[in-house]
Amino acid sequence: MGSIVVDVMLKPEILDPQGQAVGGALPRLGFNGFTDVRQGKRFVLTVDGDVTDEHLAAAREAAETLLSNPVIEDVVSVHVLDESAADESAADEADAPAEDADGEPDEAEDGEQ
Amino acid sequence: MRIGVVTFPGSLDDRDAARAVRECGGEAVPLWHGDADLKGVDAVILPGGFSYGDYLRCGAIARFAPVMDALVPAARGGLPVLGICNGFQVLTESHLLPGALIRNDHRKFNCVDQRLVVENASTDWTSDFEAGQEITIVLKNGEGGFVADEKTLDTLEGEGRVVFRYVPDAEGRNPNGSYRHIAGITNERGNVVGLMPHPEHAVEEGYGPSLDGRGFFTSIIKQTLESAATA
Repeated sequence: MGSIVVDVMLKPEILDPQGQAVGGALPRLGFNGFTDVRQGKRFVLTVDGDVTDEHLAAAREAAETLLSNPVIEDVVSVHVLDESAADESAADEADAPAEDADGEPDEAEDGEQ
Repeated sequence: MRIGVVTFPGSLDDRDAARAVRECGGEAVPLWHGDADLKGVDAVILPGGFSYGDYLRCGAIARFAPVMDALVPAARGGLPVLGICNGFQVLTESHLLPGALIRNDHRKFNCVDQRLVVENASTDWTSDFEAGQEITIVLKNGEGGFVADEKTLDTLEGEGRVVFRYVPDAEGRNPNGSYRHIAGITNERGNVVGLMPHPEHAVEEGYGPSLDGRGFFTSIIKQTLESAATA
């Protein structure tokens, strides 16, 4: 079973009131380093078996016709969800630090998540 | 004079729109989102509400309802269509009208009596108004900010396709952040009109801020009777 990820963002010139609301809430929680927030949408389309070129082509078409409105939004990415990467990150979370391949301190990675 | 009113899952103002049609002397014909059948009506109203829960984007899923498979080509062929609020959003998502509606710039839901200027009194739905006339009808929306690129806005203005504009407040602001204060627009032919405010809530004494909404329905009824007479 494979999956395709479609990421959609409002065009940069379109006002994003939802992102602004989130941006306004961050400093109240002590997150002061972010100068702007833009909120987008992620769709995960799942297929039987492995993702084929046909699946990807259909996903791109769906992204342009239904999943986004080209007047206000850009499809920024249509890509195959890398299951092994997803598994690894799940394993990292569950088993760190023992499975940490690169030997970096765990704190640094936690900080990025 | 038969005017169809479409009901989508989540439509709210379909009954009010049908009532307004009857109050103004027309016959209201219920149309169902799941039927690709316009029942031979003379005009169609896409009413306000939250079709399909406004999931994905307002009007985005309604656009692909079976009734739209019949409506879109009919509208391109000249069938008069009025989209009110969510109906306007459906019309932009269907590409029958340009631009898009996004969340109000102040992020609050509006519910106000709103003054508008009628800019184009020659569409199928506005011929009973005078150009430049000011009307007051209800505005109630969370995602009513009309946006389009500069070229599209210039085209709309240049071709007289801005049908209604909000009267801005003392600070020069309109109620939802719409570009150029645009409240409603039409297509090139003037048969498809979309606007965020609700004329169907201003047709009866004792309800709503005025009777200014009646003009929409009397316009289309006269229009249709005249075209029937000359046919």
